[in-house]
Amino acid sequence: MPAKASRAAFGEALLELGARDARIVTVDADLSKSTMTVGFAKKYPERAFNVGIAESNMIGIGAGLALTGKIPFVCSFACFLVGRFETIRISVAYTGANVKLVGTHVGVAIGEDGYSQMGLEDVAALRALPNIPIVQPADELETRQAVAYAVDHDGPLYLRLTRQNLEPVCPPDWRFGLGRWLILREGRDVTLIGSGGPLFNCLEAAKQLAADGISAEVINAASIKPLDEETLARSAARTRHVVTVEDHSIVGGLGGAVAEFLSDAQPTLLRRLGIRTFGESGDPTALYVKHGLDPTGIAHSVKKFLNR
Amino acid sequence: MTNARLEAIAQECRVQIIRMLTHAGSGHPGGSLSVIDLLTAIFLGRMRHDPRQPLSPDRDRLVLSKGHCVPALYTVMWKAGYFPESMLLTLRKLGSPLQGHPDRTALPGIEAATGSLGQGLSVALGMALGLKMAGSPSRVYCVLGDGEIQEGQVWEAAMEGPKLGQPRFPLDNLTVVLDYNRIQLDDFVTKVLDLEPVIQKWQDFGWPVQEINGHDFEQINKALDQAEATRGGPSFIVAHTVKGKTVSFMENNPEWHGKAPKPAEAVRAIREILGVSEAAWDDYLRSDSGTRAIVDELTALEKK
Repeated sequence: MPAKASRAAFGEALLELGARDARIVTVDADLSKSTMTVGFAKKYPERAFNVGIAESNMIGIGAGLALTGKIPFVCSFACFLVGRFETIRISVAYTGANVKLVGTHVGVAIGEDGYSQMGLEDVAALRALPNIPIVQPADELETRQAVAYAVDHDGPLYLRLTRQNLEPVCPPDWRFGLGRWLILREGRDVTLIGSGGPLFNCLEAAKQLAADGISAEVINAASIKPLDEETLARSAARTRHVVTVEDHSIVGGLGGAVAEFLSDAQPTLLRRLGIRTFGESGDPTALYVKHGLDPTGIAHSVKKFLNR
Repeated sequence: MTNARLEAIAQECRVQIIRMLTHAGSGHPGGSLSVIDLLTAIFLGRMRHDPRQPLSPDRDRLVLSKGHCVPALYTVMWKAGYFPESMLLTLRKLGSPLQGHPDRTALPGIEAATGSLGQGLSVALGMALGLKMAGSPSRVYCVLGDGEIQEGQVWEAAMEGPKLGQPRFPLDNLTVVLDYNRIQLDDFVTKVLDLEPVIQKWQDFGWPVQEINGHDFEQINKALDQAEATRGGPSFIVAHTVKGKTVSFMENNPEWHGKAPKPAEAVRAIREILGVSEAAWDDYLRSDSGTRAIVDELTALEKK
């Protein structure tokens, strides 16, 4: 499989699932060409609703559709979608509406458009709501599975998708599930937990570290909420050093979730890599280097962490 | 149901609104009393629903977007048979399905969580659309507060409503009612942020608008009939109401937006709702054991 953006895999998966399940509808706010629901809208015009640049209304309409038995995928850039937090909080979460929230263009990896278009706080905000699972698939295969999972899951769910292409990392027989993490590479000295965009860089960093005699375990944490506590606890007990890597604020995201769990259940030395500032315009690769999310940056942080 | 019957039920509901808010010790009497005639006409006089099957797919649905006035909704739900009278007194108490603002997951018959103002119309649009797509005969009613429509999301929904689902699924199964009682939490609406010309605004967004007295059941029913007969899109009704209606010291007084009456105030309010003079009150209570019990219970509350 070639590298593919998870938003693109999402659009394709939705087309296929839409043929099998007439309950699936899409609601967009003038970004369907970017969220990749445009294909679905062409094939099923009577099930695709573009409500204009009005995200709060889009979310509310999605909730109403869900309450009459539809399975709405409510889509926008992650920052614009989750920016309407109060509508998600009441009309979707508290109401218990079976809405699939889809936030694309996450992280500094969107590059040139700059901070205002980057989803960097979406996980932190939605994690605080008690009933919304958060899923960030790692590659095309996992994205397709996650979309199918979202359709079957009874209740609201948030899919966090990338604009940039993602290298395939999951084996063909992998089956995504909430609360199930995938160990992509086993190791003894440090556990690298990544998700979405930077996950491939974790694998590359592990190769660099191996050359320096450091054995790094790499875990795909597509299920950001709930965590796979069992896998996390077991790996942390073995390596005694955990590093989280995310293209998201280091506050409240995957790193925050891991920190909360470990400090409650199993205090473990931890480093959180992620975004500590506003984002900015620039080449995505250069931005990852700047924020230390490139393979060399990750490997450097790990060595510093391990004092090696 | 005759208008006289609806009026009698609304009077009963008003007594219960005062009673439950006094027991709760907090809540929103003013707007509950302004909207109760509308809710009585819609929920008890018109909607098709069955409290024994509250999730039946073909039920009519009400979204009370001005969720702080849910005590009024609880009273009409009680009258419809969703729960016993005793449950009204659990309002706002720990563990009660009668939450301070509507909680769909706690109480079957509540269609959406509201109370964070400005969200209900969007949800009602989605419901109306989903029902149309399913070919359902169900109708959706959405009740907005006047202060509430200062929220931006309402105008996103207002702009979308007449266009959503067109041309295959026009939302002519949706009736939206504005409870225009002219008072919001801080002050009179004109003093905080005037809505006028409100009819013009909704018409400009493409809604057919009717204007009625929201305490006159004949006018309410006529407007609901006309809305139901409208084809091609949703309908809007501006219902002029009086905040605190039927309780003299609450009427048109912003102070009574969001505070519960003390027991003595509650007894006076109930007397006024029932239209009994102070001189005739003791005699009246001897003839009406039900009200007597409510008054005794409120009086006991004061002594606690």
